[in-house]
Amino acid sequence: MLTYTFRRVLISIPTLLFIAFVIFMLLELAPGDPMASMPLTIPPEVRQEMRLALGLGEPWYVRFPLWLRQFFVVEPQYWIDNAFGTNFADGAQRIISFQSRSPVFDTIAQRMPQTLWVVGMSYVVGVLIALPIGIISAYRQYSVFDQAGTFVSMIGFSVPPFFSGVLLIVIFSVQLKWLPSIYDTTHVVDDWNSFIFQLKQMIMPVMVLALQTTAQVSRYMRASMLDNLGQDYVRTARAKGMSESVVVMKHVVRNSMIPVVTVIALGIPSIFGGAIITEQIFKVNGLGQLLIIALQGSDIPMVMTITFLLAVLIVMMNLIADILYGILDPRIRYD
Amino acid sequence: MPDGALPVLDVRDLKTVFKTRAGEVHAVNDVSFALKPGELLGVVGESGSGKSVTMMSLLGLLPSPPADVRGGTVTFGGNDLLKVDAETLRAVRGGKIGFVFQDPMTSLNPVFNVGMQIMEPLRKHMGLNKRDAAKRAQELLELVGIPDAERRLTDYPHQFSGGMRQRVMIAIALACDPQVLIADEPTTALDVTIQAQILELMKELRSKLGMAVIWITHDLGVIAGIADRVMVMYGGQVVEHAPVKELFRNPQHPYTRALLKTIPTIHGERAARLTIIEGQPPIMMNAPSACPFRDRCDVAFDRCARENPPRYDLGDGHDAACFFDARTGGPRDA
Repeated sequence: MLTYTFRRVLISIPTLLFIAFVIFMLLELAPGDPMASMPLTIPPEVRQEMRLALGLGEPWYVRFPLWLRQFFVVEPQYWIDNAFGTNFADGAQRIISFQSRSPVFDTIAQRMPQTLWVVGMSYVVGVLIALPIGIISAYRQYSVFDQAGTFVSMIGFSVPPFFSGVLLIVIFSVQLKWLPSIYDTTHVVDDWNSFIFQLKQMIMPVMVLALQTTAQVSRYMRASMLDNLGQDYVRTARAKGMSESVVVMKHVVRNSMIPVVTVIALGIPSIFGGAIITEQIFKVNGLGQLLIIALQGSDIPMVMTITFLLAVLIVMMNLIADILYGILDPRIRYD
Repeated sequence: MPDGALPVLDVRDLKTVFKTRAGEVHAVNDVSFALKPGELLGVVGESGSGKSVTMMSLLGLLPSPPADVRGGTVTFGGNDLLKVDAETLRAVRGGKIGFVFQDPMTSLNPVFNVGMQIMEPLRKHMGLNKRDAAKRAQELLELVGIPDAERRLTDYPHQFSGGMRQRVMIAIALACDPQVLIADEPTTALDVTIQAQILELMKELRSKLGMAVIWITHDLGVIAGIADRVMVMYGGQVVEHAPVKELFRNPQHPYTRALLKTIPTIHGERAARLTIIEGQPPIMMNAPSACPFRDRCDVAFDRCARENPPRYDLGDGHDAACFFDARTGGPRDA
């Protein structure tokens, strides 16, 4: 397993380099001018100079290796310098945002906690709701509970977050006035009341995102459970005198989780994509919002870096899914 | 067999119905039999004759819906298993009655090692702690002839061959010293040499442990070799029931006779074609009001279409459900 993991990590390096190149070239070929959002009063010659100052005068085969060097060498050096007080970076140029003129990674580090709280929490909540729904739906197939579960899943699949989010705001913020419609990122949790406020402002974005996760994962879990409930080994477990809870929760769930774990792991990157829209609606200034603003302003270094980080996440989750698969299913041996 | 001993398992008028979209399928119709201690009862019949469904009905192992065990009594240990609460029934399952299923490739849980799967009933029914259960599991694997038992406890089912997996299944069924072992076509999914090994093992275990066995099969050759008594099933009913020698020497029901003719023999001329029984077994969409075998029967007459024959007692523990008397060559008296 260890050698397998190591081999997979090694293989993922060229994969990621290729992904980085594709993202870079896509941004290179895309129309858009970082100067477009500058005031119109700036004369064309000055604009041209500013463009050159951003390094846009250089061809892609100069800029791409430079970005790679900054991402893989300079940024880690800065990180180590900050952590241990060393001086490896020695004032080397970091990846700088075109828009804010500050290092991209500093901005990302600022935005990350909000996204992780909202997105991470929604994923955990979504999965925790989905698994029991899937299990009960399958065990009581075609029951009222199962039908209701199917209905909720269909809603989760078909109603996009930009609709369900706004709907929730209209109901709970505008009409009932129970929950705040805007996520206050400056809010600090230091006592019970502020904790309650944090909960209140998280409920809606978390629920909107969790609905999607729940819809997907519960369907997979249900299908996988149904597959396994009809298996011969279930009859064997019952014939051994095991109680229904042991039969279902131990024998069947353990088998059913094998494909579902893969779905859960692979779904993590896509939930970040879903967060982009949800963050816009609830005004959470997280990574998704940052990416949108960067895209609108043709902030190439920012877009490039965030997109690449998402690619790293996807490759990592693929690896984790495969490893978990091997742990859960003894029939799979990688070595 | 000690005649007159009280039966360990006494089944009376068992009725099981499957509810389907097209209506109710009467899979088991008034099946009655008794199993004496230490005896091996063979149950024979073609696919769909209700052999497995009967045995699974006894322990409530059929999924419900669609299955519905509608009537009868199953007396075991002073209780009617069809009426006891779920907890009592679970104590019987795997504890006092062991079950071995047909396909060893799918009957074991692929994600747990065999040690855990053998220890599960031991811990539940015998209340053993982990160490004692592991020790007993190892003894059981040795008992069913799996070499290197201690090491194999931590192996997973996929690391065993088909025959070895069936041995593991037998070890699980025998784990808690059951009074009755129900083996549902335990050798059907195995190739012939492995079949012979499993048969030998079962004979040996039965003489060693002395439990009563119900052996379901569609192979009369297997039955001839191991059974004390044989029950022939057709269309969800018992059509003939006799001590094994009597059945082979003196079959009374036309279905039994036809079945015996289908066995290819190694003596004499090689037959040009194997004998077959023409037609299909019936799907019982109605409660039987006529003999289920009449359409395929060569001695059927008009009464067979009007009434369902009861089981006529022919003496010496032999009975057959047929209006035609093979001994006289004519209809039985009404």
